[in-house]
Amino acid sequence: MEAAMTLHDLQQIKERELAARKPLTLRCCMAAGCMAAASQRVLEGLEAAVTSAGLRDEVEVRRVGCLKLCCEGPLVQADPDDRLYVMVAPGDAPSIVAGLKSPQASLPQADMTAAFFARQHCIVLANSGRIDPERIEGYIAAEGYLALHEVLNEATPQDAVETMVRSGLRGRGGAGFPTGIKWGTVAKSAGVKKYVVCNADEGDPGAFMDRSVLESDPHSVLEGMAIAAYAVGADQGYIYVRAEYPLAIARLQIALKQARQIGVLGSGIFESPFHFNIDLRIGAGAFVCGEETALMMSVEGKRGTPRPRPPFPAESGLWGCPTLINNVETLANVSAIFRRGADWFAGIGTEKSKGTKVFALAGKIKKTGLIEVPMGTPLRTIVESMGGGAPDGRRIKAVQTGGPSGGCIPEQHLDTPVDYESLGRLGSIMGSGGMIVMDEGTNMVDVARFFMEFCMDESCGKCVPCRAGTVQMHHLLDKIVRRKATAQDLIRLEELCDMVKNTSLCGLGQTAPNPTLSTLRFFRSEYEALLHPDPYGPAGKTGAALFPEALEK
Amino acid sequence: MGAKTLMIDGRQISAAEGVSVLAAAGEAGIKIPTLCHLDGVYDPGACRLCLVEIGGFTKLVPACTTHVAEGMEVLTNTGRLRQYRLMILELLFAERNHVCATCVSNGHCELQTLACESGMDHVRYEYRFPHWDIDITHERFGMDHNRCVLCTRCVRVCWHVEGAGTKNVAGRGRHSRIITDLNLPWGESDSCTSCGKCVQACPTGALFEKGATAGEMEHDRARLGFIVNAREKQQWIPPE
Repeated sequence: MEAAMTLHDLQQIKERELAARKPLTLRCCMAAGCMAAASQRVLEGLEAAVTSAGLRDEVEVRRVGCLKLCCEGPLVQADPDDRLYVMVAPGDAPSIVAGLKSPQASLPQADMTAAFFARQHCIVLANSGRIDPERIEGYIAAEGYLALHEVLNEATPQDAVETMVRSGLRGRGGAGFPTGIKWGTVAKSAGVKKYVVCNADEGDPGAFMDRSVLESDPHSVLEGMAIAAYAVGADQGYIYVRAEYPLAIARLQIALKQARQIGVLGSGIFESPFHFNIDLRIGAGAFVCGEETALMMSVEGKRGTPRPRPPFPAESGLWGCPTLINNVETLANVSAIFRRGADWFAGIGTEKSKGTKVFALAGKIKKTGLIEVPMGTPLRTIVESMGGGAPDGRRIKAVQTGGPSGGCIPEQHLDTPVDYESLGRLGSIMGSGGMIVMDEGTNMVDVARFFMEFCMDESCGKCVPCRAGTVQMHHLLDKIVRRKATAQDLIRLEELCDMVKNTSLCGLGQTAPNPTLSTLRFFRSEYEALLHPDPYGPAGKTGAALFPEALEK
Repeated sequence: MGAKTLMIDGRQISAAEGVSVLAAAGEAGIKIPTLCHLDGVYDPGACRLCLVEIGGFTKLVPACTTHVAEGMEVLTNTGRLRQYRLMILELLFAERNHVCATCVSNGHCELQTLACESGMDHVRYEYRFPHWDIDITHERFGMDHNRCVLCTRCVRVCWHVEGAGTKNVAGRGRHSRIITDLNLPWGESDSCTSCGKCVQACPTGALFEKGATAGEMEHDRARLGFIVNAREKQQWIPPE
């Protein structure tokens, strides 16, 4: 263990890092999306091109996190004017290196003035695509861990909670509970031992915000956790990350090792009596473990099933101790709030939803990728201006937010601002940030069936309504899609939706009917058009289809 | 511990602090249906049959895991609750293969009793007819997964009363099932103490004592000969 870290040490690391910087950089996206498109080879190509051009002393080839325009990867962002090369092949490297010194470039580039980039407001993703996620020095050079130092030395835990309350930040995992109030509850809970847990079990189909944050800027989450731990009085943290995110896990492990090495995690952080450690817990592929009580069971090494609340984790969480559970994106906002002030943060967004929100744009849309916009941005701005609308001249039919717990917002409501209340009024939820765009070719009943199948497969099986109800609802939806259902079946489906929503044990079951309910609300005619005209069903009154031999006699 | 005064279905009831609404209602003679609750072990709140309405709360809460509070107003038998309970029971009957006529528990089954009490005369949902095994490898007991409602009473008594930890739940959602040790045949379990608490806890005929099923009745005719011999010749020779 080295001597305790001081502010002076932190500033020295920053100065050394900045002094060592070369005049020009080439930033190659090394997040999962671009890596799947072979950006590792692009990175090697760039290194080789820089060497062969004899520019080793002038040009740094930096591996960075997500550059956001995922659909056109591999992406490389280059000096001098932050131009973004798209669909880069390893063979393009010499031209990119040559482009460093010329205003013109022959390779395809993204228009950085387009709405996709221009309308973004990056707080959580501020470092994404700029720093090397595998080097703590890069994070420190971008003002990293300064907020932690300031909080530990200049604020009491009560002040820290107060700052969070004033910022107005609400949980980014989906439900939107005010973060400051949650911190305050855990801080007030009596207990010698307390825990802070980062929920990184992002499992909604089409969502990749948390993965991108962890792959692009893992230290921002660690710093957020450390500040949270100081505020609530915890000394141990866990990051519960799903096993399906191997790159995020690897980068977190590197980040944790570096943070412990320089002493921003461990004992006596910044010469204060505060000590805090973080360990990783890897999920085993259960969606339900994103539910906080199931997550805690899993962290404790038990079968990941939810339990009734109360008691809430803030009173009785991990091993019965008060536990603060926050989502990745929530925690990634923390250091910026402390560095720039609660009032600055509260000035962004709407009256009840402060700050920005990261969305993963996917589906039938021209530009898929990662965006961060201020709360209150109309959905239409996001999908039409930023996302460029549906491809092939088709019309957008609906936007699905909130994954299997959310709903489908139809085209006529696209002017709705994205905030917790407005989306809730439309029968959807903000959710963790997955946004799936559907065009006019989409069968909405099929969409409902898909999400119901997901919930049926991911139900833990503990409570009856969710375990058996999702099976029956999926069966009825399947029957409707196959044109075998009657008007009676539709009534059964609606009854079941109501029952499962109101009687299930945890959020998974309580929200599983949402995609069905919202498509029934806005696209009921599509359901009705698929019903079998005979009220007795395809078998008919006589049962001829069931017993054809009986008629032959 | 102080006493709390509350209203259940319009009746004023007093109960000790820390007692569940389910227990307080039971004490007062108000029966709230449940399948997963079992006196003596903790409540998982899983069957959702004991959901009640509480004044001032929009959400329904399980009576088994909700403690009594001063001035609480509880409704246990509203039309909405009756409808939900009926649907939960129908879902259970449709989920596995509950054939009362051939079941060891016919006539003394909690699931059957609840269905009768709630007036369930047919099931509106399609029967799933899943394929489940029967484990009769244990010397004295059997497990018929077709009749299991996954209340986990057996798991809880095995862990928290007997302390053996033999029974557990494996699988997810509709594939959830009770297992023995690490999914071994019951007869090969090292940890099972053959105490039979799981069998006593089971609300249905899923866990049963061997020899009790409808097809297993064996006549012991030699016993008659023994009695006649004893009476007539005063010889007490045990039968073979």
